[in-house]
Parts: sequence; C-alpha cells; structure tokens
Amino acid sequence: MGSKTPLYEAHVKAGAKMVDFHGWDMPLNYGSQIEEHHAVRRDCGVFDVSHMTIVDVKGPQAQAFLRYLLANDVAKLKTEGKAQYTSMLNENGGVIDDLIVYHFSDTSYRMVVNSATRDRDLAWIEKVAAKFDVTTKERDDMGMLALQGPKTAEKIQQVLTAEQYAPIDGMKPFVGKEVGSYFIATTGYTGEKGYEIVVPSEQLEALWDELLKADVAPCGLGARDTLRLEAGMNLYGQDMDEEITPLEANMGWSVAFEPAERDFIGRKTLEQKKADGHDKLVGLVMEEKGVLRHGQKVTTEGGEGIITSGTFSPTLGFSVAMARVPSSVGDTAEVEMRKKQMPVKVVKPGFVRNGQSVL
Amino acid sequence: MSNIPADLKYASTHEWVRDEGDGTFTIGISEHAQELLGDMVFVELPDVGDEIATGDDIAVAESVKAASDIYAPMTGEVIAINEDLEDAPETVNNDPYGDGWLFRIKAEDSSELKNLLDADAYEASIDED
Repeated sequence: MGSKTPLYEAHVKAGAKMVDFHGWDMPLNYGSQIEEHHAVRRDCGVFDVSHMTIVDVKGPQAQAFLRYLLANDVAKLKTEGKAQYTSMLNENGGVIDDLIVYHFSDTSYRMVVNSATRDRDLAWIEKVAAKFDVTTKERDDMGMLALQGPKTAEKIQQVLTAEQYAPIDGMKPFVGKEVGSYFIATTGYTGEKGYEIVVPSEQLEALWDELLKADVAPCGLGARDTLRLEAGMNLYGQDMDEEITPLEANMGWSVAFEPAERDFIGRKTLEQKKADGHDKLVGLVMEEKGVLRHGQKVTTEGGEGIITSGTFSPTLGFSVAMARVPSSVGDTAEVEMRKKQMPVKVVKPGFVRNGQSVL
Repeated sequence: MSNIPADLKYASTHEWVRDEGDGTFTIGISEHAQELLGDMVFVELPDVGDEIATGDDIAVAESVKAASDIYAPMTGEVIAINEDLEDAPETVNNDPYGDGWLFRIKAEDSSELKNLLDADAYEASIDED
C-alpha cells in the first residue's frame, strides 16, 4: 500500500483510476486524460499535488545557505513572495532535484521539491544545512492543489471570499502570498495561467469539493504529463537526474554564474562543462502518424541522441518530444520507431503556451 | 468488470470477432483492451485487399500510453476498414464493440472461428492476467 494524500477518498469518489507514483497512490485519470488535458488548455482543471514536499527554511543564514545549496541565486529575489525556478546539484553538477523556492524575507524561504526524490532531497538539505545557522522543516501538515487554465481566476473567485481574493487579484506570475491559512502562488506545471495553493491538510477536501462544484475538472497524472511536456517543462528522473547537469537539460537559464564570487555546489563542474561543450536538450516534432516515446534513439548530423520524454500532444494533434542530442544538431533528425526511421523537426523545447501552439 | 458481449468470440490477445453470417467477420478490440491502453490517439489499419493470416500483426492501436499490435484472429482477406477512426480514434474507447470496430474480413475458412474463445473463456483469461 502506498502513501495517500488527504484526497485519496475524494479521488476514488470522482472515479479516478489510481496508480502507484513513487510510493504514492495517485490518480492517473478520471476517465479520459485527453479530455482533462483539454479542460486545462480551454477552461480550468485541478490537480492534487499533495505528494510534493514542502520545506520551510528559516534562520539568520537562510539566504547564505540557499545561495550555496541552489544553482540559481536567491539573492535575486527582492520582493516578498517572489518565486524562482532552481535546482539542487551534487558536487559533479548532477541534478539532485529541480524545485521552486519562494522568498518571504532574507531569513525565511519555502522550497517545493519533488515527491519522487523526497528522501534524498531531505537528507541532502539537512547535510548541507548543518554548516549554517538555519532550521529546515518539512511541512507534511500541508496539502497542495494546482488550479490551472485560462478560466482559473474566474473559478477561484467562486471558492474564495472577496477578502481572500483581494490580495491575489492581479498578482503577477511566479509570486506567492499567504492568504489566511492558505498560501497561494501563481505557479504551475502546465504552461497555462493558474495557481498552486498550499492548504492545511484538514481543509484540503473542502476546497477540492468546492472547486468540483464550480465545474473545475479533476485532472490526473496523465494529463499533468502531456501538459508539462507541451509546455517544455522537465520531469525529474526522465529529462534529468543526478548524472545530468542543468546545462544538458535546458536548465542553463536557471543557473546563476554571476556574481562570480558566489560559490554553489556543483559550480566548478558546470564551469568546466561550459568551457568544454556539452549535449543539449531540444524539442522534436513529428507530424506523421505515431508517437515519440521515452528511450527512442535519435540520429542527428552531429551524432546520436535519445528521447527523454515523448508523447502525443492533444493540443497540436501530433507527437512532440524532448531529446538529449549533441550540440551540433541541425534542424532535422531521425527517430527510430517500430523498426522505421522517421523524420522529425528539431525545435526549442516548448510547444504550447496559453492554449496556443508556439511552433 | 468490463463488458464482454456473449455473442462475440475473442482472441487471448484481446481482439473480438463478430460472425456476420455471410462468411465475413468484423474485428475490433475488447473493452478491457481499450481500458488497458487508455485514450487512443492513432489507429493504423491494414489496407482493403490485404491477405492476412491468423497471428499476423496487421494493425496498431497507439494510445497515450503505448503502441500495441493487433493480431489477425482468422485468415482471410480484408474487405473493409473503419475509416472514421482516422479522425476519431477515441471511438475505440467510447464504443469498442460498435462504432469502434477496426476492420472486416472475408474468411478463408469460417470454421476457424471455433478456435477462438467464447465470452466466459475470455473473461477467465483476463482474470488470470
């Protein structure tokens, strides 16, 4: 038996097909993952993401600790609630996890990390934190919902009071705010506008029920994967892991090499890699019939590569993928599928934004 | 428990076969099979006129989850394919025994039908999985 989020019974009641996801019993879909995908692109959907791990970091050296622990620079976060995409690297520059960090003040931050890597993450955070004057606390008393889609603002107003909504009305992307017992952030994993809402566990089901009553579509892990892939967002364990540096995973933008005097774990290896050259993560598009899938071999003019994530894109109506290939890749490549070599286009990772194709 | 109509015959590889009574047979995949595969995104069918032999992989059902081969349950010639699936592959999910049929064959030897499973035997084979 896996771990259960506070919404386990609610998922079953909503008709979910439950699957094991890294030790958690999670909904795969509630009937059709493609319909759930479209609900998020065209209207509004809600995901239970309570399996994700929330870690609060507090103390006089909280900023110094995170500037050493994380590849992006939290010193860039100046305003209260501002969020940043970042990663935690090992000494070899390999990605232990990718995460979002929220800045409350220079002595108080919140990190949201993946569930799949929870134990390793917590052990690593604790080990590094021992050298700093900080305390870290896992918030397993909280659950989390992701409310995503173009009609999200309309839907959230149906479940919040006017007093609760006022502070988040018009909130810019990538910001989080405490609203009573909720923490509401304009973040997500779909390429749509939306909120991620951290809620005390005992209040989670009531909020979930209110959202479903407001005709928000419950969405499972299946739709979550196709949505994030269309948006060109990485999945830990698939698009990167401890053997892969952020530079090879299209995460170079989230590594702050400046200021040069900031030391962070993995920095030396990344600088060396940058100088030596490295593989890169690109997007692939195949308009012919068939579906690009994880593990398929990619042949490019610069050499061989591999598909890290592939799927049928419900928004575009054909298959898209992310692949790690030599940096000298051209505009086209071939993928070996079912014993045939299929031609594909090479593009930047990222295929759909705010409901529209970006190809 | 998924629906397994008693008037059809089944292959252990999850195809169903309907005897049309005139030496032709309609073929699709079972409700259980479409449940396993999830949302269908492409269905690759044989061509009309293709000669197929029992056990050949002759079609592909590709879902969000996986590409799955479909095997010929009987030997014969393909006389019709369900062209509507080109634009609406989800019909296989929504109506696997009706509008979601895949293709029709003219059997070389209609008695081959006897080698297939009846509904009870197919249900038992699923339960073993």
